Amino acid sequence: MRFDKKDLLDMESLSVEEIELILDTAESLKEISTRAIKKVPTLRGKTVVHFFYEPSTRTRTSFEIAAKRLSADTVSLSGSASSIVKGETLIDTAKNLEAMNPDAIVLRHSAAGAPQMIARFVQASVINAGDGMHAHPTQALLDMMTVREKKGHLSGLRIAIIGDIAHSRVARSNIVGFVKMGARVILASPPTMIPKGIETLGAPVRYHIREAVQGADVIIVLRIQKERQQPFLFPSEREYAQCYGLTAESLVGAKDDVLIMHPGPLNRGVEIAPEVADGPYSVILEQVANGVALRMAILYLLLGGPR
Amino acid sequence: MRSTRIKGGRVIDPETGIDGLCDILVEDGTIIKVEKTDAQPSGTKHAGQNPELATPNTELDIIDASGKLVVPGLIDMHTHLREPGHEYKETIQTGCLAAAHGGFVSICCMPNTEPVNDNQSVTDYILRKANMACGVRVYPVGAISRGLRGQSLAEYGEMKAAGVVAVSDDGNPVMDAQLMRRALEYAKGFGLLVISHCEDRNLTADGVMNEGVTATRLGLAGIPNASETVMVARDIALSELTGTRLHIAHVSTEGSVRLIREAKARGLSVTAETAPHYFSLTEEAVINYDTNAKVHPPLRTAKDRDAVREGLADGTIDVIASDHAPHSTVEKDLEFDAAANGLIGLETSLPLSLKLVETGILNLGNLVTKMSINPARILELKHIGLKVGNPADLTIIDLEKGFQVDANTFRSKSRNTPFNGWQLTGRAILTMVGGKVVFRED
Repeated sequence: MRFDKKDLLDMESLSVEEIELILDTAESLKEISTRAIKKVPTLRGKTVVHFFYEPSTRTRTSFEIAAKRLSADTVSLSGSASSIVKGETLIDTAKNLEAMNPDAIVLRHSAAGAPQMIARFVQASVINAGDGMHAHPTQALLDMMTVREKKGHLSGLRIAIIGDIAHSRVARSNIVGFVKMGARVILASPPTMIPKGIETLGAPVRYHIREAVQGADVIIVLRIQKERQQPFLFPSEREYAQCYGLTAESLVGAKDDVLIMHPGPLNRGVEIAPEVADGPYSVILEQVANGVALRMAILYLLLGGPR
Repeated sequence: MRSTRIKGGRVIDPETGIDGLCDILVEDGTIIKVEKTDAQPSGTKHAGQNPELATPNTELDIIDASGKLVVPGLIDMHTHLREPGHEYKETIQTGCLAAAHGGFVSICCMPNTEPVNDNQSVTDYILRKANMACGVRVYPVGAISRGLRGQSLAEYGEMKAAGVVAVSDDGNPVMDAQLMRRALEYAKGFGLLVISHCEDRNLTADGVMNEGVTATRLGLAGIPNASETVMVARDIALSELTGTRLHIAHVSTEGSVRLIREAKARGLSVTAETAPHYFSLTEEAVINYDTNAKVHPPLRTAKDRDAVREGLADGTIDVIASDHAPHSTVEKDLEFDAAANGLIGLETSLPLSLKLVETGILNLGNLVTKMSINPARILELKHIGLKVGNPADLTIIDLEKGFQVDANTFRSKSRNTPFNGWQLTGRAILTMVGGKVVFRED
């Protein structure tokens, strides 16, 4: 099967076959990162621009390492250092980058729809590295890769997603992705953090963490996004930790081989207790490791073949 | 002496109760006769064979309106002309040209210019510029609060003397209920209409589109219906408290329609308008992050759209107004979150409203009432409808004319319409203000 998309913008536009191809490719590329010389020439002569309007450590590093391990030339721009500070619009910035003929633009932006917008203006492949509250497809794909690696399959699994669904692009992309692959997704959150109509994506909502955890094969804990918080969503971190934090106690009822995941960065002691984050079920660091392989796969599929 | 005969058209004027083939005779800008002609099929008509009207010493222009609709000139209660301050989006002149092109003889312009129209010198300026424009009548709306800041009353007495017909903080809600109460009371002293932009800013918060499934999927922050509805409820209560009439701008939610219907049933003097985009579109227009569909209040759900249509049909909503809000690409070719709110409507308002007739929601008489008679009544304009003695303000409409909306043909300076490319039927082919033709289709 060939992957003939120009961009990776969201999970909605990927078919089941395309998702499988991405995960298979990522698995086969994972081994490169364990070699003594962690580099293959696949994308030699390709240029990847990493454009991060919004701060990011993990995703940005992961993308850069992925591109470098495939021998692409990489350029990295951040919002604060670029001409956005001088008042240039996103479209103008994109057109200017385009004029330098890059092969891919990896974009992180605080506004939902920003990658869609620039994808219309540039020939280069646009990879969404997270846009507002909308989508974070590479995170969802690396989560799916991690689960598939551990469980052997995705369909039929019970996936609980717990936390601030409303502000989470990770939640949206994971719901769409896992549901598409035949998993059952259940959400749990305070009602103040459940966006209207989220159940229409195929994921029922619970207000109590235990109901969602019950029988779960996978628990994805979402970050309380302090930087995005509006007032009045919950009274205090203390109460949040007590009622919605994932603790050893609230894990009771989950499957014996449950996987605990978190997209990072962690608020230890708030949405996840340290003993859970560091405990035997946690695959949080494996997610990070898989992130590099998954992003290598995306770059390879978008840039590697003839298009 | 110069006369014009508008000949052979179907005249509909709910004010005088006329609906039939009539000739309208205009002399010196004034309607001097509206007379029924035989309802002959157009093939049997003989041009110029009605000798008793054409007196020998009168120069007579004939406007052939046969097969067309002739209605009292359309009035748009809600436009933004952007001058002074944002002339790159629209000027009073281009706004008036757009109005004429869309069939409007009169428009009200909202005060959110720069400087704000909260004093007589800005009102004077607007009226002076309007006098130099194409002839479309401009009725300025003054600010409720000084600088639209919602903190103190603007000077209504002086603005009224300068020519404002109403006050509104449109674009901004008056968040302070006490200020709104005083505005209603104080405006009453000058007979000024208060037009309320109903929105609770705290509920809107950082919302950029309707709260619901579409916003959730797109990852955009939502604006709940309650943001509008709670303010409609508040302002109805304040109108009742103060015994002052209130006009509610751009109704977009089912709840607002219900509250206004109840208020009217209780006999309160509350009137309301909606805009074509609220009965033509839903939140789904935003999919693909189309910033031309970003507007305040936001496009809502099909349920709300249907309630607005029902409100139009049963008379709850008195007026169709465009809320013409020009923006340039500088404000619109941006991330959805960063793009400006608003869309232009002067040149699509009539054709979109005619769809309501096509689908049986309104008849032509109702439509004329909502686009001319009711606005004139609510604004307490002196001349309403096509009465003898009134200035000849009228619009000739070709109901059959199918066309594709092409924003590049607009007279407006801006292009921000979500209706570009739509196939519509029926539009104005001639607009006359005080006997002067301000727009005529080639």
